[in-house]
Amino acid sequence: MDGIADLGGTPGWGPVHPPRRDEPVFEEPWQGRAFALTSLSGRIAFGGVNLDAFRHALERLDRAAYLDDGYYGRWLNGAELMLTDSAVLAPGAIHARARNLRGEHVEEPPIPEPAVPDYAPSAEGSLRSVDTAPAFAVGERVRTKPMSVPGHTRLPGYARGHTGIVEAVQPAFVLPDTNAHFQGENPQYVYSVRFDSRELWGADAEPFAVTAELFENYLETTS
Amino acid sequence: MTPTHGGPGEAPPVALRTEALEQLLTERGLIDPKAMNEVITTYETNVGPLNGAKVVARAWTDPEYRRRLLRDGTTAIDELGFSGRQGEHIVVVENTATTHHVVVCTLCSCYPWPVLGLPPSWYKDPAYRARVVKEPRTVLSEMGLELGDDVRITVHDSTSEVRWLVLPERPAGTEHLSEEQLVPLVTREAMVGVAKVAAP
Repeated sequence: MDGIADLGGTPGWGPVHPPRRDEPVFEEPWQGRAFALTSLSGRIAFGGVNLDAFRHALERLDRAAYLDDGYYGRWLNGAELMLTDSAVLAPGAIHARARNLRGEHVEEPPIPEPAVPDYAPSAEGSLRSVDTAPAFAVGERVRTKPMSVPGHTRLPGYARGHTGIVEAVQPAFVLPDTNAHFQGENPQYVYSVRFDSRELWGADAEPFAVTAELFENYLETTS
Repeated sequence: MTPTHGGPGEAPPVALRTEALEQLLTERGLIDPKAMNEVITTYETNVGPLNGAKVVARAWTDPEYRRRLLRDGTTAIDELGFSGRQGEHIVVVENTATTHHVVVCTLCSCYPWPVLGLPPSWYKDPAYRARVVKEPRTVLSEMGLELGDDVRITVHDSTSEVRWLVLPERPAGTEHLSEEQLVPLVTREAMVGVAKVAAP
């Protein structure tokens, strides 16, 4: 979807931060807790592991919820969204409890009737096998569809409506666009598509190439 | 310094909201504190860039392993005992004097956990995610890596469950070093493609 998460090529971020030596895995203890809580919340909110639904929760966050608390804060806010979507938690439950933890006396919302999706993945992970042959071959010119979908997709905005060359045919994976919405796994081949920088960014771009890993659905032939 | 509690009326800070969520799920028996601690310990101590460094050092010293690694990364990495979440299908690409690969995830922060652990802050930074697909040479230069004009750059955007590991160039002057001696030279930055490996 066209949300804050789709950052490729967006302006205004300033310089990158050079690597720091010996950066700890979790800079503060709460970050490790938020990471573990979110990792374990998927099963509680969805009934089974669904990475795509998790990523869709992250991309639905508003700008502040996505950026202001850093990476693990984003995970925590995503976990809250997943758990309130499934009515495991009432909206506002986390805030109310957090206030009570610092000594305020606020009423906490009652526990709602859970509405966890009826969902079970057909196998662990995202790799699947399909019976059909790949639709595109290595070396073939393909164009990405100029799609703008309201739901989840893994076709980044900067790579939509552009022509590239299939560099490799990867195995088939669960299709995020439907799986994120619990509408089926629909496994498809993934293609490593190579784009010339000038195709993506115009004639004045630095010379380089980008490869993106694109599902069969995102691609069409150029002729 | 981030306030840990905030004042009444202010939105509670993230550390406190994390504690609140843990309490809410634990008191209803939805989360096992032991499972929580296991997840944290795994990624704090067992799974990190040392795994990837062992893969690289093996590839530098064993040409047959290097061939297998470049042909089928997942299987060759599994040979050394590394597999698991975010490592279902790992593709390894090799940096040379004239070919440079660098990895990003513009849509989130996908990263090959079994070989590199959880991503460092610079990899998750919006500036890196936004800019490296548009001006990689400039971004790499800001990170301290200057590449000659004759070097062809490929940026790999991890938009699916395929994960990327860069096999860096073995630095000149390390011919006499053993596999074990090479391991500590290999940095996570070199295995993402934002740095080269320096000779000791």
